[in-house]
Amino acid sequence: MPSRRVLLGGAAASIAATMLAAPHVHAQARPRVVVIGGGFAGASCARALALLNGDIAVTLVEPETSYIACPFSNAVLAGLRGMEAQTFGYDGFDGIALIHKRAAAVDTERRRVRLDDGTDIDYARLVLAPGIDLNFEALPGYDAAAAEIMPHAWKAGPQTLLLRDQLAAMPDGGTVVISAPANPFRCPPGPYERASLIAHYLKTAKPRSKLIILDAKDTFSKRSLFEAAWRELYPGLIEWVPLSAGGRVTEVDPATKTLVTEFGSHKADVANVIPPQRAGAIAQAAGVADRTGWCPIDPVTFESRLQPGIHVVGDAAIGGAMPKSAFSANAQAKACAAAVAALLREREPAQPKLINTCYSLVAPDYGISIAGVYQPRDGLLAEVEGAGGVSPLDAATDVRELEAVYAEDWFRTITSEVFG
Amino acid sequence: MARALINVPKTARRGEIVEIRAMVAHSMETGYRMGPNGVNMPRDIIRRFVCAYDGEEVFAAELFPAMSANPFIAFTLVATTSGTISFAWTDDAGETQTASADITVS
Repeated sequence: MPSRRVLLGGAAASIAATMLAAPHVHAQARPRVVVIGGGFAGASCARALALLNGDIAVTLVEPETSYIACPFSNAVLAGLRGMEAQTFGYDGFDGIALIHKRAAAVDTERRRVRLDDGTDIDYARLVLAPGIDLNFEALPGYDAAAAEIMPHAWKAGPQTLLLRDQLAAMPDGGTVVISAPANPFRCPPGPYERASLIAHYLKTAKPRSKLIILDAKDTFSKRSLFEAAWRELYPGLIEWVPLSAGGRVTEVDPATKTLVTEFGSHKADVANVIPPQRAGAIAQAAGVADRTGWCPIDPVTFESRLQPGIHVVGDAAIGGAMPKSAFSANAQAKACAAAVAALLREREPAQPKLINTCYSLVAPDYGISIAGVYQPRDGLLAEVEGAGGVSPLDAATDVRELEAVYAEDWFRTITSEVFG
Repeated sequence: MARALINVPKTARRGEIVEIRAMVAHSMETGYRMGPNGVNMPRDIIRRFVCAYDGEEVFAAELFPAMSANPFIAFTLVATTSGTISFAWTDDAGETQTASADITVS
């Protein structure tokens, strides 16, 4: 079996492939990179590959014809934003073969992706960007049916609207319970931004209500900023129960909307269960996920530690300190695209330096942020000391207002880069 | 010393094996960590945990500096009689934190 890696402009390789390959397989003029997943990571990677070099044929496999973005979907829950502001199409993907099918399997020997309609696509290199799956097995009582009663809303879409409608229907004086998972999970500040914006809604529309966060952790991203804002904006409304106070949810009962912890139980009027997560199903099927459920990668090329020729970017990947965010996904995707192009030319990939920024809204006009810079060190993506940081704890009102504007600007910029 | 959390079933059948959970909020400072002034922070850990059922010691554990903060201990007991299940955590300073719950056995 000849290697399917075709040298760019390498006449010798093309001839060899022509001679050795089975008659029905034609030597490809251009090596094909298949990208699975059209979210922030996959769409960014496909576009970056197409822009980097016309000598690479790029195929993007994404079952949906539009994408619903998670960042800012917490504002949808709180009634501050419509779903249309979260929804993006794939119209501007010129030069990319877009296939609206689901990837069902990967034949790593033959370097071939099988789609759910039985079609095969050969690849020289494969990029997996499947995002997350909810790990229902990790939380007894919780499954797809339970999520219709106790929504997770951790993949933006119908679940977001379900939770929004439940909040809207809840009587004043009700109790909202959010269960937050242990690390790692998609969007580390997300549960706390969500709690903030739901609290904003409750304070405005249902002031006698209460919000409890049951947490499997003892701390979280931007905690001191969130807690200071909660004291200032929503005194007495939000109760955060950390792991050491018995906050870890071990079981849920959708019939009674009850969340059971190690030391007690909480009955909710609206329950938002954010369960443990893992890499999307195709990552498990391709053999790039390890027993943690996530995909270990090389921090320079994002190539899987488990399967050569397959790269993993975005939330599904795990490779050190970089958080699972849209910003990270986009940064990783571009670095991965450059590495894939270099590898196809048999050149040394450049050492990337990656930036992440996460904005969170604690109220519509009150933003906070965390930024970090990451680079490969000892086989992992390590945070560069002294770079990045978080919003100041004692900032004036106008700084918070500006950060809320920056958050919105960031969303417009990244979505127009990725989907525009 | 800080707050303790326990989970004891309110009721059980005689002879039933019941799970007991106990957690105490405690820093479990090992004594090996350097503080901001360059001097090791003094050791402060829970040394001993004891559970008594109706006054009789049924479970005990010695804890050491390798134990995590907020130690969580879960174990099982055979429900024999209605009574009080009491818990005690004793730290390096000799202070003891207690908690208790009643179980009704039928």
